[in-house]
Amino acid sequence: MRLRRPARLGGGAARVEPPGAPRHVAYLYLLPALAIYAAFVLAPLGHTIWLSLHQWDGLTPATWVGLDNYSEILHDGALRSAFEHSFVLIVFYAVIPVSLALVLVGALSRASVRGQAGFRTVLFLPQVIPMVVVAVIWRMIYAPGDGPLNRALRGIGLDSLARPWLGDFDLALPAVGVVGTWVMSGLAFVLFMAGVQKIPQSLYDAARVDGAGPLREFFAVTLPNLRGEIAVALTLTTIAALRNFDLVYITTQGGPGDSTSVPAFQVYNRAFQLGQIGSAAAIGFTLACVIFVIAFAITRIADRGQT
Amino acid sequence: MNERRVPKLAVGLAAGVALLALAGLGAAGTQPTSKRATVTLLVWDQEVRGGQAAAIKKLNADFQKKYPSIKINRVAKSFTDLQATLKLAASGPNPPDVVEANNGYSAMGPLVKANLLLSLNSYAARYGWRARYSTGLLKMNQFTADSKKFGTGNIYGIPMTGEVVGVYYNKAKLRKLGLKVPTTFAAFEQAITKAKQGGETPIQFGNLDKWPGIHEYEEVLLQYVSRAYARSFIFGSGGGKTNFNSRGAIAAAAKLQAWVKAGAFTNGYAGIGYDPSWQAFGKGNGVFLISGSWLTADLKKALGNDVGFFLLPPAKGKQLATLGGEGLPWAISSKSKNADAAATYLNFLTTNSSMQTVANNGQLTATKAKVRVPSGLDTEVYNAWTKANRTDAIVPYLDWATPTMYDTVTAAVQELMAGKATPSSFAKKIQSDYSKFHSS
Repeated sequence: MRLRRPARLGGGAARVEPPGAPRHVAYLYLLPALAIYAAFVLAPLGHTIWLSLHQWDGLTPATWVGLDNYSEILHDGALRSAFEHSFVLIVFYAVIPVSLALVLVGALSRASVRGQAGFRTVLFLPQVIPMVVVAVIWRMIYAPGDGPLNRALRGIGLDSLARPWLGDFDLALPAVGVVGTWVMSGLAFVLFMAGVQKIPQSLYDAARVDGAGPLREFFAVTLPNLRGEIAVALTLTTIAALRNFDLVYITTQGGPGDSTSVPAFQVYNRAFQLGQIGSAAAIGFTLACVIFVIAFAITRIADRGQT
Repeated sequence: MNERRVPKLAVGLAAGVALLALAGLGAAGTQPTSKRATVTLLVWDQEVRGGQAAAIKKLNADFQKKYPSIKINRVAKSFTDLQATLKLAASGPNPPDVVEANNGYSAMGPLVKANLLLSLNSYAARYGWRARYSTGLLKMNQFTADSKKFGTGNIYGIPMTGEVVGVYYNKAKLRKLGLKVPTTFAAFEQAITKAKQGGETPIQFGNLDKWPGIHEYEEVLLQYVSRAYARSFIFGSGGGKTNFNSRGAIAAAAKLQAWVKAGAFTNGYAGIGYDPSWQAFGKGNGVFLISGSWLTADLKKALGNDVGFFLLPPAKGKQLATLGGEGLPWAISSKSKNADAAATYLNFLTTNSSMQTVANNGQLTATKAKVRVPSGLDTEVYNAWTKANRTDAIVPYLDWATPTMYDTVTAAVQELMAGKATPSSFAKKIQSDYSKFHSS
């Protein structure tokens, strides 16, 4: 059967379409993938949204509460601060690693360093280690008495700086963040290194002929050409920052007090510990929206400059 | 007309359904009259570690010998796995007949509310279960049928093992400091001071995992309030009117803060995990360790004859009270078709001879039965437990008070000990969680 098609612009007589032009039948080809996507992503998403409008303990019938679970996120101080903490973590997971990696790449792109492959591997290594292992290792590093960090500080006479990092109300969140920086820097670095390699050498040559110093060269050639990679790195690291659960769960359990509590931890806690499944669904959906908005903004900004 | 056709169709459908239902009933009705076949009990438990696992294996084997017509189909799960899957399984079409359902609002409460657990009152009467347990311990398994009140009403489970929180001490260090095992709260405080002066860590402690703080605070709390007050608060008897913003609770919070200031706890305790903390005690670091009977085997292995155990002694003229509880209570699904057989199993697990098996495997026995235990630390812990259990001195964990109290009290104790909260704001924070729960 023939599918109806919309009227085309400027069309007098019906024209034969060029081969390869989009056709409605294409949707048919998409159907299998769409069906799987719908069954495993869209349906659960819809179900989560549906649950988030209820109060449900997982056993007894749910009661409809409308948007109450969402207004709780705005009004409950503990939940609001959980979201604030995750924005602080963006600095440590995304902003610092990306800046750090850019500096490294800027330095390395100028000169060929012997054993670059080795450096790359070492820097990327944290990405390969499971987050749970990373968390356990860093818990040991931060340990107050015999942890390497405090021992090193005491070793160089900085006894006053030695402290129970993860148990300190002001420093626990940055301490968790630094772990994120350690993990994410390698990812950003490897992405940028790959990006730099595809920048044509002629651009660098041209810049040098024009008398650009290393700094100028970085801002005029390297940075603009890495726009795409920066967008990818920022998106990945920001998402990692926002959905951070394992690191907090293992290192601090959200403590001390509530100072490292993050939304994903609250989702787990409410759904599986407290039996507040509606509230957990609302936090989860809100988190998904926040991630979507930020990721969308990053790609938009990256695209805008690319003309 | 369309409008007419719909009701007719509905009536037809309803009749069909009714017929099917009748047929089903008929089929179900004929089953019990058929010749008595072997009964299979699906059992979900989390007795998977060391002595626990050995005990339950032996008990199941003994049970099969004694009751060959009841077959035990055991599914062993870790505690976390059991907690995560129990609710779905219990509400599903094929629930376990017997299950270990964690006390309080985390598992038992919601299951009672959803009518998924069988009230064991009639079995308790038939087998005399009430007489087996101390009142305080039995309360931990009780809920009203609407699940609104905890610690009263129907019995929904019975425990096989017990646990008690007290003070482990390093005998060699105590001797070196010229101290005896303290017998009053004041003497315990003096021992802390002496230990500090002697250059030792008085109380080995690590609170990075949040929950150990409950032990430190509540053990002190029980020296400042009565058992009745603590139980009434935790179980919410009296409709949740028991106020935590009380003199005793605040005084206990102030005492804990004073201990922190005096350096009673390990340096940097806020950043030390629970396991590293007791392991450090096992390596001879610290004079005291406030923790539970579950560490007995590990600490005996680490310190041999140099480790002892006592219950935090009450102030002069005050009743003994200590933190403690029970292993996960064994419950029966309300959907079980073999409830009688399940009750036979529960009864068997808690008889005197089974209690001896439990003790043989290094576990504390939940009932009042007299059992023999190995000498040394095991005896000290066992004696402390029986003393507390027989005198009904066991008070459950503060975090049982409301579904959200675990988060509230662990965070509050961290704030209190770090000096981020005053004793009275600490008490107010806990009270506000409490009144929120009881007013809803």
